[in-house]
Amino acid sequence: MAHAVEPEYTTTGLSHRKMLMWVFLGSDCLFFGALIATYMVYRGQSLVGPYPIDIISVPVTTISTFVLLMSSFAMVQALAATNADNKRGIVGWLLATAFLGAIFIGFQVFEFNSFKNEGLTLGGNLFGASFFTLTGFHGAHVTLGIIWLLAMAIMAAKGRVGPKTALDVELLGLYWHFVDIVWIVIFTLLYLIGGFDAGPLVPPGG
Amino acid sequence: MAAITGVLARPTSYAGIWGWMTTVDHKRIAVLYGVTAVIFLLIGGVEAGFLRMQLASADNDFMGPARFNQLFTMHATTMIFMVIMPLSVSFFNFVVPLAIGARDVAFPRLNALSYWIFLFGALIMHMSFLVGQVPDAGWFSYANLTEKPFSIDRGLDYWAIGLLVMGAASVAGALNFVVTIINMRAPGMSMMRMPVFVWMTLITSILLVLAFPVITVGLIELTMDRNFGTHFFIPAEGGDPILWQHLFWVFGHPEVYILILPAMGIVSEIFPVFSGKPLFGYPFIVFSGIVIGIMGWAVWSHHMFTVGLGPVANSVFTITTMLIAVPTGVKIFNWIGTLWRGAIEFTTAMMFALGFIALFIIGGLSGISHAISPSDFQQQDTYYIVAHIHYVLFGGSIFGAFAGLYYWYPKLTGKMLDETLGKLNFWLMFIGMNLTFFPMHFLGLNGMPRRIYTYTAEFGWENLNRLASLGYIVLFFAFLVFIYNLWQTRNSRRVSHDPWDALGLEWSIASPPPAYNFAEIPQVEGLDQYWIMKERARAAGTPLTEPEALVDPSSIHMPSPSYWPIFTAVGVALIGGGLLSHYAISFLGGAIAMIGVIGWGNEPAAAPSEHH
Repeated sequence: MAHAVEPEYTTTGLSHRKMLMWVFLGSDCLFFGALIATYMVYRGQSLVGPYPIDIISVPVTTISTFVLLMSSFAMVQALAATNADNKRGIVGWLLATAFLGAIFIGFQVFEFNSFKNEGLTLGGNLFGASFFTLTGFHGAHVTLGIIWLLAMAIMAAKGRVGPKTALDVELLGLYWHFVDIVWIVIFTLLYLIGGFDAGPLVPPGG
Repeated sequence: MAAITGVLARPTSYAGIWGWMTTVDHKRIAVLYGVTAVIFLLIGGVEAGFLRMQLASADNDFMGPARFNQLFTMHATTMIFMVIMPLSVSFFNFVVPLAIGARDVAFPRLNALSYWIFLFGALIMHMSFLVGQVPDAGWFSYANLTEKPFSIDRGLDYWAIGLLVMGAASVAGALNFVVTIINMRAPGMSMMRMPVFVWMTLITSILLVLAFPVITVGLIELTMDRNFGTHFFIPAEGGDPILWQHLFWVFGHPEVYILILPAMGIVSEIFPVFSGKPLFGYPFIVFSGIVIGIMGWAVWSHHMFTVGLGPVANSVFTITTMLIAVPTGVKIFNWIGTLWRGAIEFTTAMMFALGFIALFIIGGLSGISHAISPSDFQQQDTYYIVAHIHYVLFGGSIFGAFAGLYYWYPKLTGKMLDETLGKLNFWLMFIGMNLTFFPMHFLGLNGMPRRIYTYTAEFGWENLNRLASLGYIVLFFAFLVFIYNLWQTRNSRRVSHDPWDALGLEWSIASPPPAYNFAEIPQVEGLDQYWIMKERARAAGTPLTEPEALVDPSSIHMPSPSYWPIFTAVGVALIGGGLLSHYAISFLGGAIAMIGVIGWGNEPAAAPSEHH
């Protein structure tokens, strides 16, 4: 990752890797789009409980959402430190981003566990299936991002990250912010709007 | 991490099997894709042969319904995902960097990774034959037939996991081509100076990047239903099987254009060369391709007219489907305009391209007849649909691919496929194709449903079915002639670098192209750059007869071969394989893939060189 030193000729002037990341994020939009569509189609279609209002806690998840948003702030700082060639800043902010991401995952583990204890399972009803699938794949994205952040922090500690390789950090940042934005959509739809659904909204087949 | 990189020292040999396994050269990857696709063409073709053998006579007991279901499912899945798509990707790989004046794709190792993941995904799906649990729910595997109570063995898990793995390969490959085409064009090659094939590759790649995630979600949900107890598509538990159809066809209709646009690009390269005049209405062909790419997202429910979505939905999708015929028609008229008053040369490539137009028009017309939803109610799930899809996919995509094979083979190998054998190949294929699939229109209108394993004589379907089976035999001979034609070129003499007096940049360099493609990156002044160069030389009285001179390859810095793509691909394949056997294998695969990514990241894209 840390070898892109010579500037490459490109038609648009944009680096290949940055363009790759943007197109990939476009692809990932459709991935989450289809998962969110599944959730929305099945909203209020569960035949048995638990229903969202029984278990969703908006205040708790608001805290974890805030933590994830703050991790984006730390990510921006990491990139700024990279451009400023401040090695301690790079390592520190990358670890801070990973740490905040890990707290978010910790909340999610706690949440999944308590939901399970309250009877929400993959096989129990459609709400459980679509909720766990969507938020689970989002959590997997965050986890992958944390691994990436830690790997980058190790490289930074070895002095292999700096202004010349700022693109490496920038790409990581693009991914991280994207995952963050997806969470904002999920939080809005599944918690703020759908979190108060009680029972079937429409009769099955109606 | 440095230790990991040290374990696998950079491969240095370009020869032998290791050379192929570690190659990152787009031309060699094209050969890998092409050979794989031809092998799967044989497999899918043999499966079709068994189907035709079974249907050749009424009340046949050559095979039972279970085997029949497996064979038509695997025939369609193989032909679509393991023949037409890799054939297209093979052309993307070989032609695109050459046609845009680049030395390779933007991410050579990612390109190799795509191939190996694709191959392993295809093998995972075909392993179902070895364990005797073969997918059997049709190529679009409608829920809830695919759910546990109705499909107990693991066949559909092989199907879903195999497609998931191959989907990852398709997306990775397509990302690469989007970046390559947008970012690696030779100086002066603006978007509107790009060859049409490159345009169609770009549109196809964008469709792949956006469509595959949707089927990925569908397949994940199906896998979860079958293995983790969810009820996404089980109506008894509130699930909705129609959601599967939506997810499948939101992917599936763009997929249809993923299959046909490359063929349209290929014939757009061939018509001008063998008509001796430039492509008629280049911008119209390009923009109608773009319009097809966009509108392809707004027609998916025409696969679902009989589901009961209601008159409003059916009317809307009838209208959008009819509209999408317009840009396709625009292209056909432009091709005919290119032929008009041209000095037409009937080479094999040209004949396949002309065959493409003729057959694709027939397929397009039957397509319009079921774009009309009331008329589709008559045709849904009959052999009329089978006839339609074979006219567009066989008559369209496969004829386009054969045109491209005959056209670019001299560039790939420096040798010409035999034209006499080629014409025999064409006529056998053209006659066999019509003999097999044209009767199916009548069978369908006479009420023969698709996917039935046998029928009784009193329906009166036997003669036409026998004709179709006879056509299959002709097609099989066409395939044999093609393979023999490939085989016999090993002794044939070398031809010039530009045997067709062609127009694209790829013809300005030696055949086969050197590893670095272009010794000097060309400066592009207009559409059909090589014609411009040849015309200028002719006017100056010094006709251009030689390809660009070869240079010492070590003077050009090229990406070096690497073990990491195939290593990482093994990890990805094991993740999928573990889901079918033991989850521990998935974790092992995840670890291997992770090590692969770390090793990959620590390995420079090109080995250090003194010329640097």
